[in-house]
Amino acid sequence: MSLSPLLAGLQREIEAHARDYGLDFFPVMFEVLDYRKLNQVAAYGGFPTRYPHWRFGMDFEQLQKGYTFGLQRIYEMVINNDPCYAYLLECNADVDQKIVMAHVYAHCDFFKNNVWFSKTNRKMMDEMANHATRVRRYMDRHGVDRVENFIDLCLSLENLIDPHSLFIVRERPDAPEEAPRVARRLKSKEYMQDYINPPEILARESLRLREESERKKSFPAEPTRDILKFLIEYSPLENWQRDVLSIIREEAYYFAPQAQTKIMNEGWATYWHSKMMTERCLTDAEVIDYADHHSGTVATSPGRLNPYKLGVELFKDIEERWNKGRFGKEFEECEDLSLRTTWDTQLNQGRGKIFEVRRFCNDVTFIDNYLTEEFCRRHKMFVYDFNPKTGLYQISSRSFREIKQKLLFQLTNRGLPFIEVADGNFRNKGELLLRHRYEGVPLRMDYARDTLRNTQRIWQRPVNIATLVEDKPKLISYTGEAFEEADLHEPAA
Amino acid sequence: MILRIEQDHHRFKQIIRGKIKQDLRKYISRGEMIGRRGKDLISIPLPQISIPHFVHGRRQAGGVGQGEGDVGTVLGAAEPEEGSGQAGDAPGQHLLEVEVTLDELAEMLGEELELPRIEPRGRKNIVTEKYRYTGIAPTGPESLRHFRRTYKEMMKRSLASGTYRRPGALPFIIREDKRYRTWRPTILPETTAAVIYMMDVSGSMGEEQKEIVRIESFWIDTWLRHHYKGLEIRYIIHDAEAREVDQETFYHTRESGGTVISSAYRLALEVTRTDYPAQEWNVYCFHFSDGDNWSQGDTQECIRLLREELLPGVNLFAYGQVESPYGTGQFLLDLKEAFAEEEAVALSKIESKEAIHQSIKEFLGRGR
Repeated sequence: MSLSPLLAGLQREIEAHARDYGLDFFPVMFEVLDYRKLNQVAAYGGFPTRYPHWRFGMDFEQLQKGYTFGLQRIYEMVINNDPCYAYLLECNADVDQKIVMAHVYAHCDFFKNNVWFSKTNRKMMDEMANHATRVRRYMDRHGVDRVENFIDLCLSLENLIDPHSLFIVRERPDAPEEAPRVARRLKSKEYMQDYINPPEILARESLRLREESERKKSFPAEPTRDILKFLIEYSPLENWQRDVLSIIREEAYYFAPQAQTKIMNEGWATYWHSKMMTERCLTDAEVIDYADHHSGTVATSPGRLNPYKLGVELFKDIEERWNKGRFGKEFEECEDLSLRTTWDTQLNQGRGKIFEVRRFCNDVTFIDNYLTEEFCRRHKMFVYDFNPKTGLYQISSRSFREIKQKLLFQLTNRGLPFIEVADGNFRNKGELLLRHRYEGVPLRMDYARDTLRNTQRIWQRPVNIATLVEDKPKLISYTGEAFEEADLHEPAA
Repeated sequence: MILRIEQDHHRFKQIIRGKIKQDLRKYISRGEMIGRRGKDLISIPLPQISIPHFVHGRRQAGGVGQGEGDVGTVLGAAEPEEGSGQAGDAPGQHLLEVEVTLDELAEMLGEELELPRIEPRGRKNIVTEKYRYTGIAPTGPESLRHFRRTYKEMMKRSLASGTYRRPGALPFIIREDKRYRTWRPTILPETTAAVIYMMDVSGSMGEEQKEIVRIESFWIDTWLRHHYKGLEIRYIIHDAEAREVDQETFYHTRESGGTVISSAYRLALEVTRTDYPAQEWNVYCFHFSDGDNWSQGDTQECIRLLREELLPGVNLFAYGQVESPYGTGQFLLDLKEAFAEEEAVALSKIESKEAIHQSIKEFLGRGR
């Protein structure tokens, strides 16, 4: 549905404010949807067209239920695309639509300017539609079940990508060719040569040596975390399967930066919607509703970290610190508490600083660089852990170091375990060896087994993963028929 | 904007149906289904629908939060553990609960156990009127106007009266031409059925045995409801004598003392004769006991009662013998001997919960 004159007016107004504040965005197209349509679009990750798959139907069902029972509703949705597409819920009050629009313009500015999105395909809307067409065509040709079952396998591996790989240009000089090994000759007199070192045996031996050194070259040359790429390149797949797997990989890379910048992105959008609303847009009659909805967005509950809240508070904190010069050696080394709390050098670089942060950081560097001890204390942050004795989650620490460490751990690699392909020719039998780089938290085993099984279906040879189970190094294998678990005394491969 | 979510949603439901069917045998033998029952819906937890990934065991990971409290303050209980295999794994994140209508469940039960459809005994006892828009009338609301019939009337009139000029001329419809859709009542025979559950509540029938009866009767009800418009259910318990009770009492009474089965059959006979005469009702009797009767003489009386009085008036008489450590199980053998050839008698031995689905098949597999 195109925008009503009222909403179109609001959009013009808010766009002008956003520009005024220095936000820089792609053109934004708003569409108004009823909740059912909005849930449909949301189930497709914001895109109007995706390839057919039951999981979208499942997500839709859950969204519908959540809406029906009043557990959740989606206020705002925006697609990183040029132009940006954003959706408004039909039955929202005008003040909500204003908030959403302001929020969306800030998201769009973030998408356009944050470096982690710099490799993102900005025509993803079209690309997704193309993917859908291709998958549909495969379904016509090979049957819905076959294609869908294969997609199930691929989705099981969709998080096995390396979001950083897009930024890495490897110019590896070719390894110096090692001199080809030749068969050793036994010492002999010239005239005995053919008897002691028969040429056909020497030839056979040379061949064997050559093959051996061939095999010795590791494969992949160094461990890779872009497992999907490795599988696309080396699995014995049919062409359509290879294409489906690359579709899944491409979409995974599209969504990865959003997961890497969740706190920042939501914080940034919240920062700007509250600024625009309170400084420019609110009518007197709307203040209460605005306050109500805004506080809902940034509400915290114990045991949960609200990315909107953490993000917006950090941005505000950074702005204040750079306005007052509360950073750098001199400030850090000041131990006089009263001096610290009133510290103000009138630096006024806050605004510029947060624009810089939004360009260069992702959630990890955001927290790593800008989360301070004072901030943690002011916002009553804590670490909680599962207590196996009581079966409860309990607050385990309020120490700054531990809070930061835990946060960084959760954010690194989007909170996912580091898994890499260590060897594509494990045991010299064409088996796949994955390695879990253990960081203190074990894998969820039932899922790990199922995922291993799905990987095997793609690799079509036995698949192994080296990990730690109850603090002991283990090799878990799936042969295609059965699971095996073996102790691992040395690092595999 | 064309959205294909309907297809994907449908597909998801299909998959769920498949999953439920796969596990139906497991569900059949579990009592909690009964507890989860809504009015016509039942919710079934499906743990294995999510797509597996390599993820951290969440429980060990903990996290960062915000708020009041000291070290040691409890934030909440961990969700119940799910998944098999390794202990101490992650909490259940998305245990999907799906809702299935009892009707759908009955369909699945039928497919899974290969039950034939029940042929009601052809008595058209209750008659309902249904309104269907199959008629045409000269009056009615404009929204129901039948265009083609109206046009036809106009043509007929203008041809007959000679006002018709040439093809293509504008039709001129007057009040009298108009025809409207209208309803006609159609008479639909409706079949109803009555179920009489009888259970031995003497001391030898323990909790486990009753649980089996409860689960099995849940499935029997579901199946019968699927076939009959109306289903009336009556409950009779007996030890040395029989009495009619409500559902609650039926499942929760435990008496001590002897067992005189004929007393229950006599009461069942009374109930069917007064409330469910054979000409008008499809009557089902299910009797559960552990197979001990007071005396061989009473067993003979039971057989006589069944053969001469009860069987002529019912679709099916089913006897389920729930094994208990105390019973001799003689009654089943006696009935087997007496009614080996009888179509209307179904006998089944239910040794455990796992045997429930087999027993249902034996009871309902006759399509009666």
